[in-house]
Formats: sequence, structure tokens, C-alpha cells
Amino acid sequence: MTLVLAAVVVWALGWSLNRWLANGPVRKARWVRLAVPAIFGITLLVMWELIVRGLDVPRVILPPPSAIGVAFVENLPILWADFRQTILKGGLSGYAIGCGAAFLAAILVDRYDFLRRGLLPVGNFMAALPIVGTAPILVMWYGFGWESKAAVVVLMVFFPMLVNTVAGLQDTSAMQRDLMRTYGASYWNTLIKLRLPAAMPFVFNGLKISTTLALIGAIVAEFFGSPTVGLGFRISTSVGQLALDMVWASIVVAALSGSLFYGVVALLEREATFWHPSQRRR
Amino acid sequence: MRSLGPILVVVLHILAIWYVACVPMNVREVLTAAERAGAEIVPPEASVRRDMGAIPLVLANTDHLGGSWSQDRAKLPAPHQVAQEIWASTFVEEVEGRRGLIRSGTFSNRGLIHHTGITLWATVLGFAMGTGMGILLAIGIVHSRTMDMSVMPWAIVSQTIPIVALAPMIIVVLYSVGVQGMLPKAVISAYLSFFPVVVGMVKGLRSPDQSQLDLMHTYNASSRDVLIKLRLPASVPYLFASLKIGIAASLVGAIVGELPVQKGGLGARMLAGSYYGQTTQIWAALFAAALLAAFLVRAVGWIERRTQRAMGLSA
Repeated sequence: MTLVLAAVVVWALGWSLNRWLANGPVRKARWVRLAVPAIFGITLLVMWELIVRGLDVPRVILPPPSAIGVAFVENLPILWADFRQTILKGGLSGYAIGCGAAFLAAILVDRYDFLRRGLLPVGNFMAALPIVGTAPILVMWYGFGWESKAAVVVLMVFFPMLVNTVAGLQDTSAMQRDLMRTYGASYWNTLIKLRLPAAMPFVFNGLKISTTLALIGAIVAEFFGSPTVGLGFRISTSVGQLALDMVWASIVVAALSGSLFYGVVALLEREATFWHPSQRRR
Repeated sequence: MRSLGPILVVVLHILAIWYVACVPMNVREVLTAAERAGAEIVPPEASVRRDMGAIPLVLANTDHLGGSWSQDRAKLPAPHQVAQEIWASTFVEEVEGRRGLIRSGTFSNRGLIHHTGITLWATVLGFAMGTGMGILLAIGIVHSRTMDMSVMPWAIVSQTIPIVALAPMIIVVLYSVGVQGMLPKAVISAYLSFFPVVVGMVKGLRSPDQSQLDLMHTYNASSRDVLIKLRLPASVPYLFASLKIGIAASLVGAIVGELPVQKGGLGARMLAGSYYGQTTQIWAALFAAALLAAFLVRAVGWIERRTQRAMGLSA
């Protein structure tokens, strides 16, 4: 019981510290923007640890964060192999193929008005569908290896990317296009020098949405069949063994790689679209 | 309706490609069946055929491909086979089946309607839970700077995490606590629709500009009045934009949540189909999921238009 009381005290301390930081004299400081969420996160972790230990929650229901940390460190080689199988092989290759294909398709769709009117509504419709459902079919076609996961990822990222890129390619004003015409620019000149750069914020929006979708596709496809390695395999077998600390360690890997992946794309976006108002440093 | 023609053309092309793709996809099984029926297949040895690509096999045996569109367990069933399966597992099953609607008074548990219904209710329940909690958290974030600075960064980071990975664990944990049935799936649905709603709703509640807030201030309005009379109405367009994302995410959550439980639902149907090689069943479930998704998004759009009309936002 004392541990649970300690958790309440930790909560009160963390919250009042955050209150002071957020409303007190230092509220404008740059480091406060990082410190407040960090303190909040740490407070939650400490409370989780204290409450789980204080109430003697069985480990098969909720392991304390310290046990998850231990499992993470002890199984680092296994998790690294899972990471390579699911994220690097299945996720990244599918992401590259899917986004690349969608980008090229978008240029084609944009070139022909007929395709734009026909394919875009279909694409919009497909983008809202639960494409994860194709996972069992693709696993049946391409086997249990990483190729089937890449195929699921390709399907999942294709339509959001297509819709975003097409929207981006149309985001030039009549004035800008007229200017290109007065220069006597060809279609390709206009595309490369005006419309593609103007489409970049939309393209990166599609790329950012696709990062999460790619990981979801790669992990869920493994629930339908996989070799004995991979994050989805690890999660489903560890759930079966009631080794919940291992499940949580796999989820930590998935979360870290998701955030890292997103972060890298966001960083690329900042480099590529430095001119856009949303990226300007204030 | 200017785009109806192009859409039709695109859909027809997709169907045509599908029919053509059935030939190389199913060629091995078709040729084996033809050989058993006594036809002469061009490389006669099965071991040689196994190492050949699908396209050369098709070109070598153009006379024996008639079975490509009527395979029982085709690798890629033809569109009309999928349509037949959907028809058989909805209408025929309910009217003629022993457990169908006519004989037993309830939807057959072997039919698609029953499973679609299970998924639909889990999705709607989870969506309602996630949306409600998302709106409450958004109101808290707008009113407390501390909450804003502590929670908001985590809400944004959590969007980059493949949350569906948690699904099997949530199911098992809730099961061991004694919660089962629809609720665990709904929890996953709620979790997936929660964050889009929080992020969109915070944006919406903050959308009134300073002059509007100042006007409320001159009326001596309390922060509750500002919330009810200004912030909530202003947030409606943002809310519906995120609801459309949220409902699609909820459906994905419900389907994935059905994978480990196997007590009905479209996800269970897909997994059972993949275990037993019943490809038409997977495709039928997939189309049912697609129709359900389209229906849910439409329903949200309809509510959006009704709400906007009631608020006088659009003609």
C-alpha cells in the first residue's frame, strides 16, 4: 500500500512541477517545451512501476517498466534480428517500392485528365479501405518470407501517396503556370521546375502518413504467417507464451522505429521544403 | 456526374486485368487438373513444370487454360467467383441454409451478414468510446496549459507508432482479467480512433480568433459559456474531418482485434479462410470489409451534412 501512496505522491509532485514550469516565470523558455512532456512521461513510468509493485499485479497481466527494460536489454540480439526482418526488409523495401510507384502513377494521372477523373475517385475510395485485409491473400501468394510483407506495405502506402501527390501537382496558381508559358517552357520543364517543387509539401505529407502505415502493414502481415523471426511473429508468439515483458519489449522496438522513421522523413522534409511557410524558423 | 464515365472505364479495366491475371496465377493447378483429366501438357514432367515460370507455362499450353476461372481453391479467384461466394454466403445462406434467417429467425453464423454485423458493432462501439474520450481530453488540453504541454507532444508522437501491434496483447490481457466478447475489440478500435480525434479537436477548439474570444470576454462570458457557445460550434468542421479518419481506423482496429480471438467477425473469417485455403472466402470477407468501410465513411459524411445544415453552415 505504501508503494501506491508513493505513486500518488509522485504524481502530485510531477504535476505541480509541470504546472509551475508551464505557468510560472520560465514558461517561455525553450527547454521547458521539452522538459514538461519528459517529466510527464517519467512520472507515468514511475507510477506504473510503483502501482504494479504495490498491488502485486501478476506479470502476465502487466509487467513493470523495469522488467520490460531488462527484457529489452537481455534480448537485444533477438530484437535486432526482428527489427531487421520486419522494419528493414519488409517495411522499408515495401515503402520505397510503394511510394515510388505511387509517385510515378501520380505524374501519369496528372498528365491525363481522363485518368484523373477516373482513377482518382477509385484511389480515394481505396485509401479509406481496410487494406490490411489483403494480408492473408498476399501471404498466400508470396510465401512467409519478407516479400509478402513488402507486398502488403506496397498496397497500403500506394493510395494515400497517390492521392497526396496528385493533389500536390495541382497546387500551382494560374499565374505561375502562365509565367512558365510566357517563358515558352515545355510540359517537362514546367513539371520539373515549377510543379514538382510546388508539390513537395504534399508529397512529404503522403510520405509521413505512409511511414506509420508501412509499419502497421509489415507487423500485421506477420500475424498471418511468418518465418520464426520478425516483430509481428515475436508479439504473437510471446503473447501465446504469456511472456508479456517480451511483448512490451517488441512494442518498444516498434514504437522507437516508428518515431525514428517519421523523424527521418520529417527531417528530409525540412531540408527539401525549407521555403514553405510551415517550415520557416520563426 | 462528368466523371462517371472515366470511373466506369477504370473499374472495367481493373476487372479485365483481374481476369487476365487469373491465368498465370492459377496455371499450375489448372494444368495439373487437366493432366489428371487426360490432356497432354507440354513439359510432361511435373518436376520440370515446377521450375518453370508461370508465363512460359501459359504460352506452352494455350489449349488447356479453360479451367483458370473455375478453380475451386484458386490462388486468385475470378471476380464472378467472388461475387458468387458473396451471394451464396449472404442471400442463399439466409434463405435456404439450415441456420439461416428463414429457418432459425437469426442470421446464420456461417453467413457473411452475421460476421459483418459483429465487426460493425465492435467498430461503432469502439469509435464512440474513442471519440468521446478524445473530445474530453481535447477540452482539457485547451483549458489547461499544463495538460497541453504535458500531453500534446505524446499525442503527436503516438501517431507515429504502429499501435495495431498492441492488439493481440490487449485482447489477451483483457481476457485474463475476465473481459471478453465485444469489449476488447472495441478497446482497440477506440485506441485507434482516439488520437486523430484529439489532434483534430484541439485544432478546432482553438480555431476561434482573438476578436471572437474578446467579444465573449466583453459579454463577461464564463469559460464554460465560451466553450459551449463559441469553441464547440467552431470545432465542428475539424471534428468531422478527424471523425472520417477515425472511423476508418476503428474498422482496421476491429478487424485486427478479431484475429487472435476467433469468435466471429470479418477478421476471424479472413484468418479462417487463410488457414483452410478458402481463397474465395477471404476475398468475400475483404469485399464485405470494403463495403462496410464505404458505408461507415458515408454515414459520417451524412451526419456531417445534417449537422451543418442544422447549424446553418451550408445551403
